[in-house]
Amino acid sequence: MSSEPVKSIQTPIALEYSYTPGLASSRFLRGVATGKLVGQRCPVCRKVYIPPRGSCPTDGVPTEDEVELPDRGVVTTFCIVNVPFAGHAIEMPYVAASILLDGADIAFQHLVQEIPAAEVRIGMRVEAVWKAREQWGPSLENIRHFRPYEGAV
Amino acid sequence: MTRPVAVVAFAQAASVRREDRRNEVEMLMPVVRDALGECGLTRADIGFFVSGSSDYLAGASFAFVHALDAVGAWPPIEESHVEMDGAWALYEAWVRLQLGDVDTALVYAFGKSSPGPLRELLALQLDPYLMAPLWPDAVSLAALQARMLLDSERVTEPDMAAVVARSRRNALGNPNAQLRGETAVEALLAEPYLVSPLRRHDCPPISDGAAVVVLAAGERTLRLGARPAWITGIDHRIEVHALGARDLTESPSTALAAKRAGVFEGHVDVAELHAPFSHQELILRDALQLDGHTTVNPSGGALAANPMMVAGLIRIGEAARRVMDGAASRAVAHATSGPCLQQNLVCVLEASANGSDGERGNA
Repeated sequence: MSSEPVKSIQTPIALEYSYTPGLASSRFLRGVATGKLVGQRCPVCRKVYIPPRGSCPTDGVPTEDEVELPDRGVVTTFCIVNVPFAGHAIEMPYVAASILLDGADIAFQHLVQEIPAAEVRIGMRVEAVWKAREQWGPSLENIRHFRPYEGAV
Repeated sequence: MTRPVAVVAFAQAASVRREDRRNEVEMLMPVVRDALGECGLTRADIGFFVSGSSDYLAGASFAFVHALDAVGAWPPIEESHVEMDGAWALYEAWVRLQLGDVDTALVYAFGKSSPGPLRELLALQLDPYLMAPLWPDAVSLAALQARMLLDSERVTEPDMAAVVARSRRNALGNPNAQLRGETAVEALLAEPYLVSPLRRHDCPPISDGAAVVVLAAGERTLRLGARPAWITGIDHRIEVHALGARDLTESPSTALAAKRAGVFEGHVDVAELHAPFSHQELILRDALQLDGHTTVNPSGGALAANPMMVAGLIRIGEAARRVMDGAASRAVAHATSGPCLQQNLVCVLEASANGSDGERGNA
C-alpha cells in the first residue's frame, strides 16, 4: 500500500429545498407581477418597508398596513462595479445603487443605467424602467433598471 | 452558589406538517408576543435574547440573523444564537443570567423541517469523510439503535408500540400536537415496517414549529407574580461522534447530565423526554431511572410533534408549564441532539427555588 497521504476526496452534496417567501413577501411579489410596488408600514414607528418582510426589524411587530409606493425615488448610495459576475450579461462598468422610493423608509438595491457611471450622484432622482408587460412575473427583475428622472418629489 | 433562575413564560406555535404560507419570522412573531404577554414583560424589559435553529433546515445561510426581525433589534439588543435545539439556547441564557447584570432572557427556537429532505439532510451532521458520503439517513441510524436494543432483550416491540399508543393518547390533550388519537398496541404491531425494526409510528412526524421561553432571575422573578418554574438543576453531556464507539442501547450522557442536574435527589412528578423514536424513550427512562410513579410526556412528546431545533425547548416549556399550573411540583425536561441520542440535556424544574424538599435553606 502506498504511504502517500490521501490529499483529497470528493463527496458531492446536493439538497433540494422548497423556499417559502412568507405572507408579506408573497403579497409584494404578486404586486410586482402586476406592476405595483407595495410596502408595509410599522404600526409602532410608522416606517414604511419595501420590500416588506412582514415585521418591523426594529420593533419586532407585524407590519400589516399596506402602502403602494411610486416607482421613483432617490439614490442614497451607489458603487461602480468593474468586475463581471457569471451569468449576467450587463455592460461594464455598471452602477449598483441603494434606491429609496418616495414614501419609503428603507432603500433597496437595484441598477442605475442610461447614464455614464461617473455621473451618478447620491441624491440623484431616479425612476424605474420596466420590462415589457408580457415579460412580467413575480420578480423584482420586472424592473430592468432605474434611470435619471428630472421631476418633483 | 448559583443564582436562582426560573421559567416565567412559555408559548409555542402549533406544530404542522408543512407551514408553506408563513416564513420563519412570521411564525415566530405571534409566539414571541404570547410569551411576553404571559409574563407581562415587553421587549424592552428583556436583557438577553438567544435563539436555537439550523440554517441547514432553511437551506439559507444566516437564516438565524433574519429571524431577529421577530424580536426586533433596535435599540441594539444583546443577542446570541446556537446552531442547536433551543434547549441549548436556554442553557446559554441560564449561564448568562448567572452573571447577575441582567435579570431576564428570552429564548426562542424555530425550525421548519418541511422545506428540505430531512432524513438525508440530517446525514450532514455525521463525520464528513467516512460516514456522510454514504448518506445514512436519520431513520436508518435510529433503526440500527432499535435493533441493538431489541437484541439486548431488555425491550420488546410491544414495549415500543406502547410508547407510541401512550404518546398519541396524551397528545389528545395537546392542541399544539400534530399526531394524536386512540390506538391499540395490537393494531400498531400489525402495521408494516418502515425501516425494520421501526414502523412509521415509531418515528417522529416531520414538523414545522416555533417556541419561546422567557427566563427571569432573582428578585425580578418574584415581581412577575405568577408561580414560576425554578430551574434547580441543568446540565448537558455529549458522547463520541463515532456511532460504532458507543453502546447505543444506553444513554450514559443522559444519566450523567441527570446526576449533575440533581434528578435523583427527589421524586419526579412529570418528565418531558425528547425521544424522537419510540425505543429512545425506553433508553431515556432507564438512564433517568424513571419508574411508574412519573408521568412521562403528558404533552405527547416528540412522537406527536417534532419540529427540529424546537422540540427540545418545547420539552422544557411543557415541563415548566406543569409546574406553573400546579400539576407538578418537580418536573424533569430532557432534550437531545445528534444521531441516536448523541448529546443530551437534562433540566430539573421545581415550584420552589430551593428544591422540593425545602431543606436547602432560603436563597
